[in-house]
Amino acid sequence: MNPDAVDGAPVVLSARRISKSFNGVQVLFSVNFELRAGEVHALMGENGAGKSTLVKILSGFEQPTSGEILLDGQSVKLPPNGQAEHLGIVIIHQEFNLAEHLTVTESLFLGREVTRFGVLDRKFMRAETRRVLDQLGSHVDENAMISSLSIADKQMVEIAKAISRDARIIFMDEPTAVLSREETNYLFRQVRKLREKGTSFVFVSHKLDEVMELTDRVTVLRDGQWIKTAPTSILDGESIAQLMVGRELSSLYPGKQEPSVDEEVTLAVSGLTTHYVQDASFEVRKGEILGFSGLIGSGRTELMEAVAGLRSRVSGEVTVRGERVPAGDVHAANRVGIAYMTKDRKHKGLLLNSRMTANLTLQSLDQHGKFGYLSPKSEAAALERARRRFDIRVRDGRVVAGRMSGGNQQKLLLAKVMETEPDVIIIDEPTRGIDVGTKQQIYHFISALARDGKSIIVVSSEMPEIIGLCTRVAVMREGRIVGILEGEEISEQEIMRYSAGLKKKTAA
Amino acid sequence: MTAGEDTVETKARSRSWRDVDLRAVAPFAALALLLIVGALVNPNFIGLNNLANVATRSAFIAIIAVGATFVISSGDLDLSVGSMVAFVASIMIIFMNSGAIADPGLMLAAAVVLTMVIGAACGLANGLITTVGRIEPFIATLGTMGIYRGLTTWLSQGGAITLREPELQALYRPAYFGYILGVPVPIVVILVVTAIAAFILYRTRYGRHVVAVGSNADVARYSGIPVNRVRTIAFVIQGLCVAIAVLLYVPRLGSTSATTGILWELQAITAVVVGGTALKGGAGRVWGTICGAFILELVGNIMLLSNFISEYLIGAIQGAIIIIAMLVQRSLVRKS
Repeated sequence: MNPDAVDGAPVVLSARRISKSFNGVQVLFSVNFELRAGEVHALMGENGAGKSTLVKILSGFEQPTSGEILLDGQSVKLPPNGQAEHLGIVIIHQEFNLAEHLTVTESLFLGREVTRFGVLDRKFMRAETRRVLDQLGSHVDENAMISSLSIADKQMVEIAKAISRDARIIFMDEPTAVLSREETNYLFRQVRKLREKGTSFVFVSHKLDEVMELTDRVTVLRDGQWIKTAPTSILDGESIAQLMVGRELSSLYPGKQEPSVDEEVTLAVSGLTTHYVQDASFEVRKGEILGFSGLIGSGRTELMEAVAGLRSRVSGEVTVRGERVPAGDVHAANRVGIAYMTKDRKHKGLLLNSRMTANLTLQSLDQHGKFGYLSPKSEAAALERARRRFDIRVRDGRVVAGRMSGGNQQKLLLAKVMETEPDVIIIDEPTRGIDVGTKQQIYHFISALARDGKSIIVVSSEMPEIIGLCTRVAVMREGRIVGILEGEEISEQEIMRYSAGLKKKTAA
Repeated sequence: MTAGEDTVETKARSRSWRDVDLRAVAPFAALALLLIVGALVNPNFIGLNNLANVATRSAFIAIIAVGATFVISSGDLDLSVGSMVAFVASIMIIFMNSGAIADPGLMLAAAVVLTMVIGAACGLANGLITTVGRIEPFIATLGTMGIYRGLTTWLSQGGAITLREPELQALYRPAYFGYILGVPVPIVVILVVTAIAAFILYRTRYGRHVVAVGSNADVARYSGIPVNRVRTIAFVIQGLCVAIAVLLYVPRLGSTSATTGILWELQAITAVVVGGTALKGGAGRVWGTICGAFILELVGNIMLLSNFISEYLIGAIQGAIIIIAMLVQRSLVRKS
């Protein structure tokens, strides 16, 4: 960190009173932001705070509804679709934009190949690639296939690509989410090198320790509002967490009902290990709502998919009321009473081209007839029940799922999962992409299911949701359960400390 | 979230014309159009005799295409069906020529069973190579297409394999040339096979699984459906349909050769697509498929009966039909 060097540096990019609405829903409220030459600027906030939207606006992928963007002090309108690259503004996405079957050199020069007499000048391009990689201190072979590179090296190629296009401003959206500690260190060294040369970085991350380590200044957003910009040196992890949270829970949530301690344990997971998750153990009692918190990539979904038979396990055991659940068999897990509701309803949850009935009964066709025969009457009755129970509102019962609103889709997905009559319901991101009214309904459905004696696991990146619903919260970090919080311990600050790695206790 | 905004539809609401699925209706509309065109071209065309003839001749492709409807609905493709017809038919005739069973009736029964078993086994091989071997169905069945064809050429030593036993021939002949209640046997077989297929696809758990796997294999997997088993069984159904087609084919000519069934895979796929099944999977229309097979045969027939287009252009016209069918399908999707 070298705040002194940055202090007097000229501002290269700034945003003044930026507001943004999507379909009438305002997500950014008059946000200010400035980036100086040669600084690494952290952009922090909870999920939904507006970080990604701001990054998209500052890189030209979205246009602000109102407000002004200044590049080198001049008011500009950034060109769309990544053409801001020509102005030296580059965004490195979480998912890489690299074609796996090209070599490093080909990737670097993709779309602006150098030719001599109409023939590719491969020698020149290789030499140039080598020069850029050397400049970064990277040992990646310029002739290597992208597919053969580690994730960290791919990231390096992305950065090399940015530099070879004379990037002055580089946006990195959670660059370390997929990196190991060593790879992260390596990346940081390269970032520091470039900073020395005057390149500016905007670093979007949830990891407090990394922000403290790498960045010069921090800007915190909350609920689409600018909260604070300050030098990193005068902040600590605690104060950043405070700034990011600082909100009271609304009455979105139904009252919590803690199950009694001697209530029977429905689901027990012990020592579960997959290729990513390490030694996860936890229990859920009858009528309990257990929350799973953690950063994106902390292994929550992997763990739950392994529990539900969607993913193979390396070791470990899952039991429902003492009965062992075989690994890697969804149907068997369903039969024992485990149901998993995916967070990806459009790609893994619903058949978007099929009607509600086909979707509703897909996981539970056994119930609707003998010897494989399906009774249309029985299915229609199930749909009628589900529509009433989960308040699915559509004008035409024969509409295909893809035409329904996000909220109705989510209710249909919940109804589909409930058709298997599970005792243990794992709900991954229960309210992703749905409006607040439906959110509240879903929370009440979840609460009602728990009161009915179901055991529920809620995996969510939205902390208020976890805190508002759950009586116990497990926090995951890098594939491990780093703490299980109860009662008074359940607060955003505390969860943030565990998920950022500031605090740790062995799983109960 | 106001209750009045989204009113729950009442059950009694009548169907308006907008509810009709254009894609399902289009092939039948095309068929009707063809019948009218045919009648204008040649008055003999619309005669019951001619139409029954056309339907009979469409039997092989129609039955194979019914199987292809399952494979395509589940998101796969089988290019080997034409070669499979030649291979399965060769085995059947060789078996009947072998004289292993003296009684002709028993022999025929055994040959029928053997044919079905071989057909199913060929389909199973396709299915396992595709699913367990994790090879693109296009490539996997391109490979078996060569294998089945090559085996046939080898079995026939480049020539023809002919059913020699006259007694068996006489016994078997009605399977293609006979009538049941005045309807040619092949037409009855088409209707029975299609009815069974329609029942499986629309009214059973397995059929629902096929459509789910074809529209989104991930959703199917997350719903606890054994995706690979569903796909493999679809290939087996395809093999069985090929075997049934062979059962009709052998009594017709009593002979096969290395050129039997060439390009039938294309005709079968054309019939399926013309019938309204999406090539990318997820929507199967069995009756549409039959309609598609019938359209292909009708076009040939009209060209034969009319004088202004050479019948040597049949292949070109059929090729054009599949392209037109795709264009029509897409424009219908866009409109809806």
